[in-house]
Amino acid sequence: MNTKAAPIERHTIAVLVDNEAGVLARVIGLFSGRGYNIESLTVAEVDATAHTSRITIVTSGTPEVIEQIEAQLRRLIPVHKVTNWTVAKPGIEREMALVKVVGTGDRRAEAMRIAEIFRARIIDTAHTSFVFEITGAPSKIDNFIDLMRPLGLADVSRTGVAAISRGPEAM
Amino acid sequence: MDRDDTLQGVKTGAIEMTGAQMVIRALKDQGVKHIFGYPGGAVLPIYDALFADDEIVHVLCRHEQGATHAAEGYARSTGKPGVVLVTSGPGATNAVTGLTDALMDSVPLVVLTGQVATHLIGNDAFQECDTVGITRPCTKHNWLVKDVGDLSRVIHEAFQIATSGRPGPVVVDIPKDVQFKKGPYHGPDAVRHRTYKPKTDPELGAIVKAIELMANAKKPLFYTGGGIINSGPDASRLLRELVKLTGFPITSTLMGLGAFPASDPQWLGMLGMHGTFEANNAMHDCDVMICLGARFDDRVTGAVDKFSPDSKKIHLDIDGSQINKNVRVDVPIVADAAKALKEMLHFWKTQRRKVDAAALASWWKQIEQWRAKNSLAFKNSNTLIKPQYAIDRLYELTRGREVYITTEVGQHQMWAAQRFKFEEPNHWMTSGGLGTMGYGLPASIGVQMAHRDALVIDIAGEASVQMTMQEMSTAVQYELPVKIFILNNQYMGMVRQWQQLLHGGRYSHSYSEALPDFVKLAEAFGAVGLRAEAPGELDAKIKEMIDVKRPVLFDCRVDPHENCYPMIPSGKAHNEMILSDAEEEKTEVSDEGKMLV
Repeated sequence: MNTKAAPIERHTIAVLVDNEAGVLARVIGLFSGRGYNIESLTVAEVDATAHTSRITIVTSGTPEVIEQIEAQLRRLIPVHKVTNWTVAKPGIEREMALVKVVGTGDRRAEAMRIAEIFRARIIDTAHTSFVFEITGAPSKIDNFIDLMRPLGLADVSRTGVAAISRGPEAM
Repeated sequence: MDRDDTLQGVKTGAIEMTGAQMVIRALKDQGVKHIFGYPGGAVLPIYDALFADDEIVHVLCRHEQGATHAAEGYARSTGKPGVVLVTSGPGATNAVTGLTDALMDSVPLVVLTGQVATHLIGNDAFQECDTVGITRPCTKHNWLVKDVGDLSRVIHEAFQIATSGRPGPVVVDIPKDVQFKKGPYHGPDAVRHRTYKPKTDPELGAIVKAIELMANAKKPLFYTGGGIINSGPDASRLLRELVKLTGFPITSTLMGLGAFPASDPQWLGMLGMHGTFEANNAMHDCDVMICLGARFDDRVTGAVDKFSPDSKKIHLDIDGSQINKNVRVDVPIVADAAKALKEMLHFWKTQRRKVDAAALASWWKQIEQWRAKNSLAFKNSNTLIKPQYAIDRLYELTRGREVYITTEVGQHQMWAAQRFKFEEPNHWMTSGGLGTMGYGLPASIGVQMAHRDALVIDIAGEASVQMTMQEMSTAVQYELPVKIFILNNQYMGMVRQWQQLLHGGRYSHSYSEALPDFVKLAEAFGAVGLRAEAPGELDAKIKEMIDVKRPVLFDCRVDPHENCYPMIPSGKAHNEMILSDAEEEKTEVSDEGKMLV
């Protein structure tokens, strides 16, 4: 198939899996082995009694590659369900980041002012530093980090994307 | 731990036994008669349990790769899973080639590996390796069993997963302490997998669409593959009925040979890189392609952007991930081949479908013109044995017998696929997807183990066969009269052919300067060695080979410079085949083409 000219799209895919040893390695190994991209990956148990985990993967590729990714994920034995939030149903995406900014004087005041605009919370403060907690779409977090960079950005920890559908329907 | 397991056992009425005993019991409950293996430290308890058992026949191979290929041959020729038992570390890593081969060709294998004791895992213990990590990408699924309470369930699950849906290899890694521990044994009925439910029933809407396309086709073509054979004998029977009913031409992939009889006039021969002129041109020009249990492999399609440009494509596959993977199709059917074929026949008959007879007649006329090219023809010699001639004679002299053919990988494999006429499924065992040199000899051992009275021949090359030559010793030990028919041209023939075509005739390391004397080698193994050097003596030597009731290494000295034609050069389309050396010299392969394997 000639996919060279096809546009690259960004998709968010949720995978519901049995929470068993090695399941994350199976998913990651599938991506690396077949040359697919992972832009972000989030995983945690979502149902302790059913022993299921939800893996949310942000990936990019041509429509053909995205179709293959979903099909290949469905082939894995411990996978219950695969949903593409970008195509199948309109989804909501959120990410959380912890952002450390080091500085004094005007720069420190400016960091606080911008944090307020972004509704970031201060969760740790010292004489020369803040740790902000910010939640939002990944692009909002990107913007926040960009603005903090000249103000003494020292460290960033991001969770990766969590996604869910709008309306009453579940995965 | 032991006490809890016992209590649980009492509750469920399960019998208590050691992990090692569970392995043997589970194999028996799965109907396993033969296993292929090699002992070692981390599987000693299982081998001890095997010692106490007199039902399961264990075949001691000489290398774990040999054991896996033998199990593949066993599986492909019987439709049953092949079972392998090997130790930890090198035992497991040696099995990796066979596992990958089985994954690519959808062969059901259950490979049991020993592992170091659970408390040693991760400590770089002697003969430790991360078996589940290493085999994750080359199995359909794998397990490390750390609790004896899970062991019997996992083994039964392993058989279920290996044999259902699209078949494939699985690995169960069993630490040594788990083999010693006691726990409750659960039978095959205990398995209720939560997520694994392969879809085998076709959507009838898709079947009806397919029938509609077929009935209106002017230039239809069946393109079938290994999925028909894996589905079981019913699929081959139903395929034959559908092909007869429609009168359409049919071609097949390397893996699908035998599903449709090669002697039938509707058969166009194999398609693909070394397929026939008529099969490939029909693929290129057809208007409705009915792909059944094949996966549009690069060896089949040639240049994908020029592949069958004007056809509507129906694609039946049990594995949904094959749909639209390499080629976009119009009517996908995700189902078991036999079930889908049954519905296709049902709808064709109940809807009283008729083919477009006039269009079909002119399509056949066109096909007969392509067929008249006689693309498998070769120039025979009075002095040198041509490899094609050797295979033709082998075919003629073994006709009417129950013959199973295995092969190694290379020119001899393609000549065998082109020239040996297979009438029934499960009689042709070759490494298609992975292209594993060294597959054929051990595979023939597995086949012969399952079919003691049949004539099992490995059509081999002298380079490939040396990769697993040690398995001759296995053949001798178990009195398996396999015939290793070596087309000895002293070159890695396919490598040499590509070097001639793509690398200016610079034969870099494709010639074997020093070859063993295969006749003496056979004798050293305790087998029979035969040699043919001239066309005149070939028939008598082949007859001698057939009559000997012992394993034979047959050194058939063939023309070292013969090339395998016809051929679609890299990066070319189905209708750009070359038929001879003369045409090859005129063919220019693009830089992009050279990049392809």
